[in-house]
Amino acid sequence: MKEKFFYILFLSAILIGIFSLVILFVDIISDGYKHLTWDFLTNYASRKAEKSGILAPLAGTLWLIVLTALFTIPIGVSTALYLEEFASDNLFNKIIKINVSNLAGVPSIIYGLLGLAFFTYTLALGKSLLAGALTMTLLVLPIVIIASQEAIRTIQPSLKDAAYALGATKWEVSKRVILPHSIGGIMSGIILAMSRALGETAPILIISSLVFITMVPSGPLDRFTILPLQIYTWASFPQDDFRAIASTGIIVLLLILIFMNSIAVYIRFKTQD
Amino acid sequence: MQKDTRGITKRKIEETLVLNLLRLSGLISIITTIGIITILGVNSVPFFKEVGFTEFFTELKWTPLFVPQNFGVSPLVNGTFLVAFIAAGTALVFGLGSAFYLSEYASRSVRKIIKPLLEILAGIPTVVYGYFALTFVTPIIQVIFPQTIIFNALSAGIVMGIMIIPMVSTLSEDAMNAVPMSLREAAYGLGAKKYQVALRVVFPSAISGVVASFILAISRAIGETMIVSLAAGGKPALTLNPLDAIQTMTAYIVTVSQGETPQGSVEYNSIFAVGLLLFFLTLIMNLIGRFIVTKYAQNYE
Repeated sequence: MKEKFFYILFLSAILIGIFSLVILFVDIISDGYKHLTWDFLTNYASRKAEKSGILAPLAGTLWLIVLTALFTIPIGVSTALYLEEFASDNLFNKIIKINVSNLAGVPSIIYGLLGLAFFTYTLALGKSLLAGALTMTLLVLPIVIIASQEAIRTIQPSLKDAAYALGATKWEVSKRVILPHSIGGIMSGIILAMSRALGETAPILIISSLVFITMVPSGPLDRFTILPLQIYTWASFPQDDFRAIASTGIIVLLLILIFMNSIAVYIRFKTQD
Repeated sequence: MQKDTRGITKRKIEETLVLNLLRLSGLISIITTIGIITILGVNSVPFFKEVGFTEFFTELKWTPLFVPQNFGVSPLVNGTFLVAFIAAGTALVFGLGSAFYLSEYASRSVRKIIKPLLEILAGIPTVVYGYFALTFVTPIIQVIFPQTIIFNALSAGIVMGIMIIPMVSTLSEDAMNAVPMSLREAAYGLGAKKYQVALRVVFPSAISGVVASFILAISRAIGETMIVSLAAGGKPALTLNPLDAIQTMTAYIVTVSQGETPQGSVEYNSIFAVGLLLFFLTLIMNLIGRFIVTKYAQNYE
């Protein structure tokens, strides 16, 4: 009797979690599917809900992700390679390791404050894409570093030993053995980090404020808005019309996320052995 | 012979160059931490010069955007922890139950399907949860408690709790998996039932991991921004009533940033002072949480 009771109790705990996920999806799709038209993707935001679209935030998001990836990938992979393969076990390297895991726990809004004061004002980049991308880079770097470290760690030591035995230097081993063999794990870590960047709202809100933007950015120094920020703006309007298109925006955002995660799963599947 | 020597020199130079380049990227993470502390500190100094520590920590009103301005941070801290405890409580109830199920009951094949499904919760952007809290959970709360206003701490807290279920579940499950099989087998040998093993053997042995997951959940909830900005309101209040509108530290920072506040004004500087407090609160909780995690991990080795 009691045995059955606790089994059902524990099972329902996990099922309620999964059930909330289903409700969330159903709620958003039922609120927003009606507005999901081609016009929604190609129109700019408007004072009227039914004429509004997400062209500017969609373009801004794309710019932001590409720039962030451009900065994050080399720095993140290099740091992981350094920590796993080059660093000796001294104090400096221990501090880097502890520091990376601490940074992963810093609230994203704090990175927004850092970006606002340093990139926007001190470096005078203004409320530009570049300021946003640099901030986002610092935010997602720990994810790329930790995922790449894990990928590098799974390589069989015998592979590396064989290369070292042939007289290869650390860099040669890294270039020819470590990176080719850990590329799958590194890539899925990068995609994971980019999905995180895709959904982050707070740091960009801090840097760029809420603005009504009706243009597609043409360069990294332009002002911009992003999809989650547009969703936030619409969701915070009291009118039901705008809340409805907020949920349409969410559908687009989730579709992009699902697409990116499928790529990550595919890469992991392809490079499993 | 000569060609070979040149090759070696070239390789040595290349090796040193690469090493220093890689070390430089490692340095970026340290510079980031120093940067965060410096930026928050430097911009808080003018704020504390103008307002003073005493007012910041002892005054009971936070009204920086109205005249007369009051800069007592306690209502923001109160709101932050009210939401965080609702969230961490929700996450603990469902996360712990999930961890019991995954670690003690689920077969390997069921676990393989159900765990990734649960983890999707952690990958959904927070602004989506904010929308969900505001447009779905709040109306339900209003049906149960009709006097509830649209912005309230409860809705934001519950939804945030759902978001961190996977985190609590994973950390607790790790702690439960670290309990040696021999302990369970000893209990079974004495005739214990499965739920007795789970509650009286596994749970007490994994308690430190569960506590750590609760602390880390609170820390995560304190720093969360978009859910509270959308669903919990913008009214700093000293209240323990979860049906009240409140304002969290993060939501305050957002409110000021939404408008274009001139750099150097007291409002602008105040977000850095609040940010500094937020940074230290989460840092301390993360350190305590992580300390407990590593400590229990060594227990059975």
